[in-house]
Amino acid sequence: MNYTRGLGASVSLLLMIQVIVNGSTHRLEQPLDVAALIGRLALTGKRVAVERNGEIVPKSAHGSTLVADGDRLEIVVAVGGG
Amino acid sequence: MNHSLVIAGKAYGSRLLIGTGKYQDFAQTRAAVEASGAEIVTVAIRRTNIGQNANEPSLLEALPPSQFTYLPNTAGCYSAEDAVRTLRLARELLDGHDLVKLEVLGDPHTLYPNMPETLAATKQLVKDGFKVMVYCSDDPIQAKMLEDFGCVAIMPLASLIGSGMGILNPWNVQLVIDAVKLPVIVDAGVGTASDAAIAMELGCDGVLMNTAVAAAKDPVMMARAMKKAVEAGREAFLAGRMPKKLYTAAPSSPVDGKIAPTRSKAA
Repeated sequence: MNYTRGLGASVSLLLMIQVIVNGSTHRLEQPLDVAALIGRLALTGKRVAVERNGEIVPKSAHGSTLVADGDRLEIVVAVGGG
Repeated sequence: MNHSLVIAGKAYGSRLLIGTGKYQDFAQTRAAVEASGAEIVTVAIRRTNIGQNANEPSLLEALPPSQFTYLPNTAGCYSAEDAVRTLRLARELLDGHDLVKLEVLGDPHTLYPNMPETLAATKQLVKDGFKVMVYCSDDPIQAKMLEDFGCVAIMPLASLIGSGMGILNPWNVQLVIDAVKLPVIVDAGVGTASDAAIAMELGCDGVLMNTAVAAAKDPVMMARAMKKAVEAGREAFLAGRMPKKLYTAAPSSPVDGKIAPTRSKAA
């Protein structure tokens, strides 16, 4: 009986979450807040706005808002337009 | 003389509002905006490219929000819900900036406004504390509804977005101007300088354009032309044009005191 191997796999699965950012699926290690997510996506320092599951996450809350499995995030910028 | 355009209590020296899309690069965008004299520039809100070059120039660097009034739009939104979400993101992105351009489109072929959705979004956005400038049809009844909902500017299309067809129904634009007290800004359809002048001569408070400048062979020169056209049209409106007459009933020069005709008229 190899309990250890099975347990190890499920522990690492528990640590991973799947989120959708700008329409693409990302598998990321938790715990993860919005600020850390921005860092993982190499967007730190860029002027962006974040929506999580349809709700704005204010800049002041990026460090305190945890990203959970199944979350849908939109990260936007200003671009040229009419 | 009152040359300033007042929107939501703030006065602007220029009556030309300009879009920032479709230029070759940010340098051209900047040069065209400067040549136009516009103080209000529209911008779109889009997903950031994940994994892009971190040093890639951004619109905010080319046109610093400290120097221009940003007017984030909802271009590409087909429902009130998406438009409201987009502008909430814009407000978050621009540190609480609340002056916005609402456009809810009906279909991708005409980009004609979906007025029921536009009205619903206006209601929600006003409730959320936004100052909403609304792209709309040239229907005076719905323009009045938008005004009653508490938007800050009525922006009827003069012809389809990006068409450059000019002011196709000046009579309706006139009806909209007469129907509301708010500033009326022609948004969409202007193709060249004379179109902008016509809009202003009708009594519009301003003109918003993008493609007419960006798609000109020389966008910077066209931006300059548009600046002059908007100013000329405004002054012509304020000056009050002469009435149109089919025949010249009154020559410009005196009728009396002419020298004796060389040949007397046939008896």
